[in-house]
Order: sequence, then C-alpha cells, then structure tokens
Amino acid sequence: MTAPITRRDLIGTSAAAAALPMPSLADAPAPAAPAAPAVAALTINGQVHRVAIDQRTSLLDALREHIGLTGTKKGCDHGSCGACTVHVDNKRVLACLVLAHRVEGRAVTTIEGLAQGDTLHPMQAAFLAHDGYQCGYCTPGQIMSAVSLVEEGHTQSEAEIAEWMSGNLCRCGAYTNIRAAIQDAARAKRA
Amino acid sequence: MQEFSRLVPTTTQAAARAGAVPQASFIAGGTDLMQLWKNNVQAASLVVDLDRLDLRRISLDGPTLRIGALATMAEVAEHPDVKRRVPAASEALLAAASPQIRNMGTAGGNLLQRTRCGYFRDPGFACNKREPGSGCPAIAGENRELAILGGSGSCIATQPSDFPVPLVAADARVELHGADGQTRTVELEQLYRLPGDTPHIETVLRPGEVITAILVPDAPANRRATYVKVRDRQSYAYALASVAAGIELQGGVVRDVRLAAGGVGTRPWRLDASEATLRGQRLSPALIEQAAARATDGAQPHAKNAFKVTLLRNTVRRALQAVTA
Repeated sequence: MTAPITRRDLIGTSAAAAALPMPSLADAPAPAAPAAPAVAALTINGQVHRVAIDQRTSLLDALREHIGLTGTKKGCDHGSCGACTVHVDNKRVLACLVLAHRVEGRAVTTIEGLAQGDTLHPMQAAFLAHDGYQCGYCTPGQIMSAVSLVEEGHTQSEAEIAEWMSGNLCRCGAYTNIRAAIQDAARAKRA
Repeated sequence: MQEFSRLVPTTTQAAARAGAVPQASFIAGGTDLMQLWKNNVQAASLVVDLDRLDLRRISLDGPTLRIGALATMAEVAEHPDVKRRVPAASEALLAAASPQIRNMGTAGGNLLQRTRCGYFRDPGFACNKREPGSGCPAIAGENRELAILGGSGSCIATQPSDFPVPLVAADARVELHGADGQTRTVELEQLYRLPGDTPHIETVLRPGEVITAILVPDAPANRRATYVKVRDRQSYAYALASVAAGIELQGGVVRDVRLAAGGVGTRPWRLDASEATLRGQRLSPALIEQAAARATDGAQPHAKNAFKVTLLRNTVRRALQAVTA
C-alpha cells in the first residue's frame, strides 16, 4: 500500500523541481550577483537548524523557504497584518520584520512548536472548539499572538483582548469567535 | 532590497565609527527599516547592528529619568518609573503600533521612524524627501494624513511617531555619541529639522552619531499628564491628530502647562501659543477654549486635510479636559 500524498508533500517537491523546462533568460539582463550566503544557526522549536542564507533574509522567509516550516504565514510582509507572528525568547514578534541572522542564539517558537505530539496546545484546542477562523490563513499568527496575550495577562475583558489582539487582522472577520476562544483558554488557564 | 553586509559592534564607539561611513545604516528594532528596504525607499550597503550595545536600561539619575535608547517600546511603556514620571509617554507607546511591534521597536528607533506619506513610501512617485529636487506630489495630491503645521513648498510630510510627542512636551533631551568619541545632548524638539528646502535632511544627527539615551526632567506637569490620540480606527493606526497635555495647578491657577501635538506637524509640534494662553491664568472652560483655538496658529491646511484644523483644536480641548478632570 502506498502512503497517501499530502498537499505538503507536493509543496515540498515543487521547491526542488528546478529541472522543469523554463523559458530561456538569454536575452534578459544578467541579474546582480547574489550576496554570498552565510550560515546561520537558528534555534526553532528547540531544534537547531543550520541554514546558508543571505543577510537580507527575513526570519519569515528563512522559516518557510529554507527550513520548510510553512505554518508561519506570509500575509502583507510589511508588519501590517500579524499573520507571521512567532515568539522570539518568549515574546511575540513579526517574523517578516526580523532579519534571520539577528536571531542566532535566541529561541524561536513557531506554530509547529506549540503542540505536544498529538496533543494540541490549549489555545489551539480553544480555536477549534470556538471555530475561531474561516479560511484559516491568519490563524497561526492569531494563535501565537493569543498565547502571548494570555502570558502577558491582558485578558481582563473582551475589550482588553480586542485591543491587545489588534496586531492580527482577519479578513474573514472571525473576531467574535477568536475573542471567545481566547477568553475560554484564559479562563481554563486560571482555573 | 539592496544587498548589504552586517557588522555587530560591541561598543558604542565602534558602532559610531562604523556608522559614519557613507551608505551605512544603524539597525535597532528594524521594524521601519525592513519596510523601507523592502520597498527600495532606502538602501544600505553596510548595516551596523546595535543589538549588542548596553543601552537598554531605564533608570533614575536624580531628577532625570534616563531611558536607554535600545529599550523596547513595550519595556518603556510598562516601566514603573516611566509611568510615574512621564505617564503620557507610557500612554503614547501603548497607543502606538501593535503589541508585536512594540516588542521589537526601540525607544531611540521610534524617534527616527520615517514619515508614512504614501508618496515617500512608493519609489514610483516623485518625492523631495526620498529624491531631492524631484518634486512633491502630496501638496496638490493625497494629503489627508499630512501636515498642517511646519510644512514648506517642498514637503508636508508628518513625523508619524506617538512617543516623541509627550517627550517634546516634557522638555526631554536626547544623548548622542559621535563618531569622534564626543557625547552631547540635544533638546528632542531640536533633534528634528523643519523640511524647508531640504526635506531629505530630517534631523541634526551627524554621520555616525548614535542616540544612546532619552533624558526626561522631573516636573509636576510631566507627572500629571495624558495623551489623547485620534485615528481612523480604534487601534493599530497612526494618529490623525494627537495631543500630549501636562499641567500643574495651584489653587485653580495654571502654574505650569506643557502641550504638544502629533499627526499634524512635520515634527512633534509644541503648542507654545496655547501654553502661553493658559499659563498663570485661572482655569475655566472658557480659558481651555481659548487655548484650543490658539493650537492652530500658523496652520496651513491643504485641500484634503483642512479637517485637521478643527480636529486639532478639539483634541487639545479633550486632552486639557482629561488632564484637569
């Protein structure tokens, strides 16, 4: 019996499929020589990844394109939407605005690092229980932000949650259920 | 984004010397630089990373509150001495950006955030600030968010940060470390140059000069202060108008008052005429009204931002009401 093919398998192989026929670039001007990549040792979810990356590489691109952790999403790539929220040394930040080389020696946590094996993090479980999403694209960022918000203690009221989640946009407008999930997870944590 | 090499000095002196070469850029939190670099608004061939400098502490030095330039916006906002000595600065920071960005952006970096003018941020347009002499399409174009105070025929871009507004009101100074090893302090208000004919030169910083700290004097009017910010949406937006107001009352008479506005000027705008109207007078709703009216002395509204004249006056009134309530 062959193993089922997942969407992720296909995404993974397409990145390596450089042998596909490509239009000739012979007439195009030669691109500037890429900056020499330098090896960065990045600690992601407790595991060290050594990747050869250009100094310009954002943490977001390092995660998605070089390490294969595609749970962190690229929305605006300009710090406006929050889809790429990760934790660096336990603080929530935007991976699109971080140069990957600058987080060498720091502990990065992504959405892939929250669950313990098959057991979801309580915030992930709360988003499931409350249907805190529609298309799901902003969800990893919402959850990473929500985990921090509970740690920070900004859960006294729904209004406080809304204010401290304002850096995470949801174009589907799932805010009501997102706030309910966070309130629930915060209550469970206090209990 | 232009390619660059990155240097990570461990002393302020080494950083200042490295930063003095042409095409060098300091990076602290990097939240604005990353956007500017990605959009090719700005480019650097050498990035001098300030991450390892020991400039993160917030401390009291007698009557002076000293905020290390590399303290994050979140650290400054939550610090008990900041909340006690200059609460309007804490309020301004908490009204700025998002929690994620406040964990990244630094006190010193936030002072130097560049304008959000859409023409400046898009290299497809002319902009005297980005490309000196190319023209300013904003003056006759999309100027709803732009300045009514301090503009010139070359530029009407606002300084967009919240944090410097209460600091200017509080007579804060910045401590600078030069490439020659000399240190100096400058009034924060004077750090910013008015655009005039050279809007591309935004500050009085010399090549390589590093902001090492923000120094805030102690004063009753700095302790009794608040920050009112008006924006298009309730959170995570730049100010259309904002006002920092601090006051010291004695028997109902205004002994000291400090007012500054954000979102309306080409730099954080001290409201001298409004302060003069209030100082030494008995506080009353009528007096507040007079002070609010003087906030827009010298204002030059444009086709799409004339609403800011009324908005600024109303924001001054609201801030004064809040701080004297």
